[in-house]
Amino acid sequence: MTDVATDDLDEFRAEPMPARNRSASRRKPTPIVPPRNVAGTALAIVIGIMTFLSCLTLGAVSLVRDSASRWEVQIASEATIQIKPADELDMEAALEKAAAIASGYAGVTEARIVDRAATARLLEPWLGEGLDLDQLPVPRLVVVKIDKQHLPDFTGLRIALADALPTASLDDHRTWVDRLVAMAHTTVAIGFAVLSLMLAATVLSVVFATRGAMSGNNGIIEVLHFVGAEGRYIAGQFRRHFLVNGFRGAAIGGLAAAATFAAFSLWSARNLATPQGDQANALFGSFSIGVNGYLGVLLIVLVVSFLTAATSHITVLAYLSELDSKSASED
Amino acid sequence: MIRFENVGLRYGMGPEILRDVSFTIPQRSFQFLSGPSGAGKTSLLRLLFLSLKPTRGLVNVFGRDRATITRSDLPMFRRRIGIVFQDFRLLDHMTTYENVGLPLRVRGRSEASYKGDVIELLKWVGLGDRMHAMPPVLSGGEKQRVAIARALIEQPEILLADEPTGNVDPPLARRLLRLFIELNRLGTAVVIATHDIALMEQVDARRMILADGRLHIHD
Ligand SMILES: Nc1ncnc2c1ncn2[C@@H]1O[C@H](COP(=O)(O)OP(=O)(O)OP(=O)(O)O)[C@@H](O)[C@H]1O
Ligand SMILES: [Mg+2]
Repeated sequence: MTDVATDDLDEFRAEPMPARNRSASRRKPTPIVPPRNVAGTALAIVIGIMTFLSCLTLGAVSLVRDSASRWEVQIASEATIQIKPADELDMEAALEKAAAIASGYAGVTEARIVDRAATARLLEPWLGEGLDLDQLPVPRLVVVKIDKQHLPDFTGLRIALADALPTASLDDHRTWVDRLVAMAHTTVAIGFAVLSLMLAATVLSVVFATRGAMSGNNGIIEVLHFVGAEGRYIAGQFRRHFLVNGFRGAAIGGLAAAATFAAFSLWSARNLATPQGDQANALFGSFSIGVNGYLGVLLIVLVVSFLTAATSHITVLAYLSELDSKSASED
Repeated sequence: MIRFENVGLRYGMGPEILRDVSFTIPQRSFQFLSGPSGAGKTSLLRLLFLSLKPTRGLVNVFGRDRATITRSDLPMFRRRIGIVFQDFRLLDHMTTYENVGLPLRVRGRSEASYKGDVIELLKWVGLGDRMHAMPPVLSGGEKQRVAIARALIEQPEILLADEPTGNVDPPLARRLLRLFIELNRLGTAVVIATHDIALMEQVDARRMILADGRLHIHD
């Protein structure tokens, strides 16, 4: 174009040319897609919220699943001997004796007496603090740990106990385990169903929010198209923009969810050895989300960002093909 | 360079806007496209710019039949055709300078390689001091000149301008016209769609007049 700059058009140049603005000429080029607008902010918020909720659902499901498998293992690897108080019965001696009998059986790895303090703590939610166990006819427990590879002879143990201590009874938790396994499987199945619904809702809202944010950009797509930009180039610009935007929203949602998990773990660790803590612990283990939970959060964040980018890409290409196929007869 | 034979155009099921339109646009030629409002000037320019397909007839652009041009060929053809839209179509979030450089930027050219050309061209259209202004703060005439500069940055073989003097006062219109004549003198074919009779009378050029869907050519 150098040769075009002839002097024929002096009249346009009435004013002297200002010295070139150095700071302006050195700054970064404006992005092709305007960086921030109201629709973009709304999109980031929707993405953030949906990611947060999905991650929470995922965390809850993984918690339930972990706990369910822990229950199975724990309960199956334990049995309890319960000794009911009776007149003339020296409870402490009876406990020692029951523990000794149980220890004598092959397959029993440990027989542990639940001591007074622990018993009081177990009962505290029902009977209140400052309980004097001597005043109450409270049954006491011996927890028997079992080697699951070599189950002890429960029948023999039961008979031996009954002979030695008439008020003792052995519970091998079999009924419990069976019921728990069934319940845990149902719970996990329901959890996964809820998670799928949540993810489907996330996918749909991300797709539609992205399309909504894209609709304001048709003018830009047209201009780029008319100045000769390739479809690939235009789609690439929007894809990058929406990837960054989507990732920002998703990362905030994911971080919020991870922080929530961490806060729960902290809370449950603090409350360990309090009655509430023991109950929560019994139900949910340590109440902490495992590494898998955090990996799941990361995965959801990445998938949501990718989904946002892919949606914008497809929307651009669809709009371009609509522009080009516009023969007058189809208009 | 461009040849139309018995071209017809209708939008959807509507009436035929153009009927049996035949003409050629030779290289380095200069012509006005005129006719009353709604006669189909913009539609004809869109056919020339390949953003519309004719309902019937033959359109031949740079030796290629329009019907054989696929979507992926379009960017290549559009680089050889500069267009100034009736409504400018500038990107409001970019500076004047960036708007003019856009056609080169989207082709992947580095800014260093075209910066000088853009500045030169902006000076040529008299916007040397408005380089870093955004379109929303420009006057109609200034936007018009930005749009013209953008259409010319790739040194197209033909420039299509839709009502380039529609938003400006007569003195500026005259100056823009001189700009187009100057451009034509340097080798670019020019088609100016206008219904400004006074403007056309200033130049002795070919006139293509649209009326009732038919094209009449006065050489
Ligand atoms: N996208 C469209 N869909 C349907 N009809 C259209 C479309 N664009 C234009 N038309 C019709 O085609 C006819 C010609 O329009 P066109 O814009 O080509 O006229 P024009 O000569 O450029 O008018 P003006 O001087 O007002 O700019 C008009 O009747 C218009 O209503
Ligand atoms: Mg028009």
